[in-house]
Amino acid sequence: MPRRPAPDDSRITRGVPARSGGARLVMRVLGAVGVLWLVATLTFFAVRLIPGDPAQAILGGPGSQASAEALAAVRAEYGLDQPLLVQYLAQLGRLATGDLGRSYALNMDVGPLVMSQIGGTLLLAVLALALAWLLALSLATWSTRGGGVARRIGSGLEIVAAALPHFWLATSLIVVFSIWWGVLPPISTSGAIGLVLPVVTLAVPLAGFLGQLMRESLLTALESPFVLSARARGESERGVRWVHALRHAALPAVNLSGWAFGSLISGAVVVETIFARPGLGRTLLNAVTVRDVPVVVGVVLIVALAYILMTVLTDVAARIIDPRLRLA
Amino acid sequence: MSELEIRAHVASSPGALGGAARRVSATELITALLSLFLLTAAIAPQLVAPGDPLAIDPLSAFAAPSVAHGFGTDESGRDIYTRVVHGTGNSLLIGAAATAIGLGLGLLLGVLAGTLGRAVDFTVNRLLEVLFAFPGLLLALVFILIFGPGVATATIAVGLSTAPGYARIIRAQVLSVRSSAFVEAATVQGLGRAGILTRHILPNTLTPLLVLGTLGIGQAIVWAATLSYLGLGATPPAAEWGAMLSAGRTYITSAWWMSFFPGLFIVLTAVTATVLGRSIERRLRHA
Repeated sequence: MPRRPAPDDSRITRGVPARSGGARLVMRVLGAVGVLWLVATLTFFAVRLIPGDPAQAILGGPGSQASAEALAAVRAEYGLDQPLLVQYLAQLGRLATGDLGRSYALNMDVGPLVMSQIGGTLLLAVLALALAWLLALSLATWSTRGGGVARRIGSGLEIVAAALPHFWLATSLIVVFSIWWGVLPPISTSGAIGLVLPVVTLAVPLAGFLGQLMRESLLTALESPFVLSARARGESERGVRWVHALRHAALPAVNLSGWAFGSLISGAVVVETIFARPGLGRTLLNAVTVRDVPVVVGVVLIVALAYILMTVLTDVAARIIDPRLRLA
Repeated sequence: MSELEIRAHVASSPGALGGAARRVSATELITALLSLFLLTAAIAPQLVAPGDPLAIDPLSAFAAPSVAHGFGTDESGRDIYTRVVHGTGNSLLIGAAATAIGLGLGLLLGVLAGTLGRAVDFTVNRLLEVLFAFPGLLLALVFILIFGPGVATATIAVGLSTAPGYARIIRAQVLSVRSSAFVEAATVQGLGRAGILTRHILPNTLTPLLVLGTLGIGQAIVWAATLSYLGLGATPPAAEWGAMLSAGRTYITSAWWMSFFPGLFIVLTAVTATVLGRSIERRLRHA
């Protein structure tokens, strides 16, 4: 049976000639802009599949009994009477200037709405990412230093952590820390103490995934020739681990930051809802529930933009950590 | 990488579940027993939970876990253990259906990209990049925005969100088989494109699918339950784990067991699927 290839096989499949770092970055950014355009196009046409009249939805749904004149006025105002292609180009033009349209349900523009909600979610995501890294790194270094038993415990903890659904972890933490012990608030208040449970909820499953990857690459690195030669030079165990091996262990996790960010945003939908925290995730869920199309599209486009930016940044970061990639 | 790709990557690493291949480890034995229990609960729940999941008993409402009611009772005195076991079928079915959709779409896209030349490969890769820009549950939420909430749409939505991950792994697998020496030999001997696809590429791509599907079903169950919990999938009277947990949320201050045990079963299923997937992977590799 053939061995499973490494997930990234772009170098095997395509004979792209080596480019300089700068040219490569420009290509990468152009590619990112292209993907963003495709994302906007896909959402524009996908939203047209929604059954029912958008003018009716703007006026409060089928129950609103809007008059024919009111509907016609709304169609003219939103350009819904224009041909699809004109609407599409107008939409792209608005997006290019940062205009995300107007919410059906909230009587406000989507741009300012997203801006008012994004800070809380980013704070949550950054803290959770930091905690997840810390947990994963401690578990990976501890479990590779110990013997087979430590490895088994580490691996088991990571599998369980990665399997925890956010909503169950959140409710279990609330039961223990808020209801039984009464030490942490079940509702996320504005203070730092209110952040503890939401951040832990988001961080633990993520740490499970990061930990699995880190431990695996740490083990591979510790068995590689450069570690052997470092040991032969008489470097201390601590030096070998922290200077040589950890750099390799960090690489897959850095590559994963784009995915981790995306999974944190999607986790924020659950966590912000359970802990009643204002933020992008909760706004998105509310908008999906009441079918507020412009808000859903706006939030999704912002997340896609952030996700694409993250992948470009991690690409650059990986090249800084691993000099071999700069030659490829 | 996507969640599925991480799972597949870790499962195929030499360190995952080390030990001799021939020996059945204690972990594998426990996993096999748990899988057997979950499958029994899904197909014939009466065998492991003989009670009636709908039998109400108002006098013993909100009973804490005890000998009579191992997982406690809910607001109408229904036995939680019986309800959780009877919900296994629904949850596993939704997870399996979503996995089948994701795997099917992924196989289609991956094989197309891997066999039909550069133009198709380029197009499929751009499509995947676009789909990956809707991370996690976001693609599922957009799908539900368009087609409305419900069990069927939530299942399709989860399948759709996992499809890009499957597609990328399968494409890589197809490409690696295509560039292998035995395919080259078959080409030299005059076997046509269709023959190579059916005789060499597909058989060698399908074996890893068993591992991928097993690793992916845990994720599909967790995501489908999340959608139910958020009120976008199965809704409370239905015996589905996410929906049961959502119903228990109202009584969280007085009856923690109502939301704890359905969730515990989700975790148990997801862990079982992961360990089972790794074990199959290891055995296939050593076979």
